[in-house]
Amino acid sequence: MKHEIKVPEVSEGVTEGTVVDISVAVGDAVEVDQTLLEFETDKAVIAIPSPQEGKVAEIKVAVGDSVPVGAVIMLLESSASPSDEAPVPEPSAEQEEPVAEEKPSPPAAAAKQPEPVKEAAVPDASPAAANEVDLATVRRGDRVAPAAPSVRRLARDLGVDIYQVQGTGPGGRISEGDVRSFVRVTMQRITGGGSVPAVHGEFPGLHAQRPLPDFSKWGEVSREPLSRIRELTADAMGYAWSTIPMVTQYDQAQVSEIEAFRQEYNRRAISENRLTMTAILVKVCAAALKAFPRFNSSLDLASKELVLKQYIHIGVAVDTPAGLLVPVLRDADRKGIETLALELNEIAEKTRERKIGPDVMEGGTFTISNLGGVGGTSFTPIVYAPQVAILGVSTATLQPEWDGEQFVPRLIMPLSLTYDHRVIDGADGARFLRWICDALDNPLQLVMKG
Amino acid sequence: MSQSSEIPEKAQLVIIGAGPGGYAAAFRAVEMGQDVTLIDPEVNPGGVCLHRGCIPSKALLHVAKLVSEAEESKEIGVTFARPKIDLERVRSWKDEVIGKLTGGLGSKVDKLKITYLRGMAKFKDAHNLTIKTTDGTVGEMVFEQAILATGSRPIMLPGVAAESERIIDSTGALDIAEVPASLLVVGGGYIGLELGSVYAALESKVSVVEMTDGLLPGCDRDLVSVLKRRLDKKFESIMLNTRVEEIKEQKNGVMVSMVDNKKETTKKRFDKVLIAIGRKPNTENLGLEKTSIKLDKKGFVEVDGQMRTAEAHIFAIGDIAGEPMLAHKAYGEANVAAEAAAGRKAVFDPRAIPAVVFTDPEIAWCGLTETEARERKIKVKTAKLPWRGNGRTLTLGRDDGMTKLIIDPETDRVLGVAVAGPGAGELIAEGVLAMEMAVVSEDLRKSIHPHPTLSETIYDAAEMLFKR
Repeated sequence: MKHEIKVPEVSEGVTEGTVVDISVAVGDAVEVDQTLLEFETDKAVIAIPSPQEGKVAEIKVAVGDSVPVGAVIMLLESSASPSDEAPVPEPSAEQEEPVAEEKPSPPAAAAKQPEPVKEAAVPDASPAAANEVDLATVRRGDRVAPAAPSVRRLARDLGVDIYQVQGTGPGGRISEGDVRSFVRVTMQRITGGGSVPAVHGEFPGLHAQRPLPDFSKWGEVSREPLSRIRELTADAMGYAWSTIPMVTQYDQAQVSEIEAFRQEYNRRAISENRLTMTAILVKVCAAALKAFPRFNSSLDLASKELVLKQYIHIGVAVDTPAGLLVPVLRDADRKGIETLALELNEIAEKTRERKIGPDVMEGGTFTISNLGGVGGTSFTPIVYAPQVAILGVSTATLQPEWDGEQFVPRLIMPLSLTYDHRVIDGADGARFLRWICDALDNPLQLVMKG
Repeated sequence: MSQSSEIPEKAQLVIIGAGPGGYAAAFRAVEMGQDVTLIDPEVNPGGVCLHRGCIPSKALLHVAKLVSEAEESKEIGVTFARPKIDLERVRSWKDEVIGKLTGGLGSKVDKLKITYLRGMAKFKDAHNLTIKTTDGTVGEMVFEQAILATGSRPIMLPGVAAESERIIDSTGALDIAEVPASLLVVGGGYIGLELGSVYAALESKVSVVEMTDGLLPGCDRDLVSVLKRRLDKKFESIMLNTRVEEIKEQKNGVMVSMVDNKKETTKKRFDKVLIAIGRKPNTENLGLEKTSIKLDKKGFVEVDGQMRTAEAHIFAIGDIAGEPMLAHKAYGEANVAAEAAAGRKAVFDPRAIPAVVFTDPEIAWCGLTETEARERKIKVKTAKLPWRGNGRTLTLGRDDGMTKLIIDPETDRVLGVAVAGPGAGELIAEGVLAMEMAVVSEDLRKSIHPHPTLSETIYDAAEMLFKR
């Protein structure tokens, strides 16, 4: 009776390890719990003990081998009178077969087996483990994945969360082909095989997630489904972060005069007309983008081209109770600040009330994220692909500035520009942001240049 | 049929309850190569559905339909004499139907070599059952996996004697011991309306009392109004917003006092009162407390997406596993449980579970309702097609009916389908398929529907979405 020694599951997430020491040799007699070999995972070195008394019949690994969890590393001959049993010629194919559980031994041998033999009739709840199904995708109340039962079954069989598959059929219907191409693209991304074709739209969907540990081991947890916005944000941010080499350039703009003008303007304005710093920044950025057209582009690696947009549509990040949304102000370069302010106030209000359609959020060529109202000294925004640059705005503070004779109070607004370094070089990034700061310091420049 | 009178020591898969959930699970499990033991107190499988529910009520509704069609055919020039109803024969015909169906199931159980135990089972612990057969044998059985499918039973009003002859539940109503001169149906849900329709056709004066402000709570009001227009003519009265305060059985009838929403009390005497206020799951006397199986707040067994209870090797399906308490939901769950028990990656993930009210006209719906869309603030557009212009409707001598499509305005996907009218229960199957296949309205419009049929109303409703 030969017993297979397998690499045990040592801890969550560890799938393989390296054999660092083999403590026994073929023919050695071993006792229960005697160390057979040691293997190293990226977390620890683990000694694998013998589950029973016996003789080492075969060692299937060598020091230095990398072995996955569950692999057979040794064969142990039960000490229960091995001569009684005719040696069973084991066809190699059988050895390869993953054996789920050892078959109950014949009664004579069983008596000497130190391993507790389960009562045959009372199985443990193993069927659950035998066909692990991700039940998280079942009964997700609100929006169901538009796929036929046969397609959903295929996705389950392949271990695909159907909710992550983008359908190509009418109304977003998911076909069998969509599920298969999702698997293909995901595999390509993970294995790095070949170029990944853009599947549908800009975002190919899932970003590989490592298996999560069982958090409940360490305390109580609850789960809530991702809102659609959160799902899209996670997708967009994950895609941008993992594909775009980004650099953030920091600078400070002197905005005392602009702010004084803004305050004065708003004293006379009604609420819809209220002029915000963001509206001014939209105008300044639009002018800057005209001066630096590469910041208004997208990179098309597949065709080795830079797509230069002849329009300037500026997205403005709006904080809503449901999450971050980025509505877009069209043709910002062709509108005056007053018009932009009015449009921005209206669009921001509608966005907060979730009353804008998806079309309003499409087509942006550059984005402004103003956290000035919340606070903070500076932050690093993430480029909103396929755009190539984004401007982050932090809270303006009064700071002393030496004018040659004395310190004068100046309102200083920290700005941070993150750009796609594949498209934009460092010096250009610095120049672009400086241009914006200069324009804010001396707004006349806008008129002179714009 | 041949039944095992001996209690086997062990079972690979034991199924407790042989209603639609239980027998469907048994058949599927056998197909998957499992060794199945099925336990139920009845002689043959069938459960409430076949013995005291769907099937007998539909048989009686067919009688009702014949009566009312014969009467209405005057309008189109065919006059019949007043029907003579041989109650004895009606009852025996109904029982014959039940006998054929349950007998058929019995022989299928035999053919598939399922061990059928007539009796009741109770958990001794999570791996053992104590079984008491109908002939009094008591024994124990160890099982590897189990499927609980013990169904539900009617809820009685508190304080009403269970054995009363005048105050009956749906089971008593289906026995039709006699046709009372007057009948009060307590509860305006589908069971009350279906049985009320049967008794009205048999010439009882039927009144319905419903606590809420409308019949068929949960169903869209526009569909209900199609039905109510007709029921207003067939029923003596329909009292909404009215609560039954007291039911007193007297020698020659039942005195019922009811309070409406203006706090006015009415007292009325009826020959019989049918209580149809809902059903509750049969979870008692199963020894569930000996396992870690949990019940939810409403008393249903808590299950996961594979119909597993907190004990992963014990499944629960059908009425005890939650709303809606419908036989076809049990069928669906039965297949999932049987497949999961055999190690398949099955999950219960339907896009729609159709609901059908077998009144005249029938009402059927599946997927999202307009009411639900409003409550959950889901944006929808609808197409509502009255049947007045449908050729087949008119040739049937009818003009009442409506087909409604509920559509996602963004994707044009069908989110719900609802039908009111004769044959609605048959038509809704197309809606279910549409939901499962995630069709868009154009798919319905491009599918050629046979002419002249009622199914064309679905096509025509889809067509409405394109006319602007």
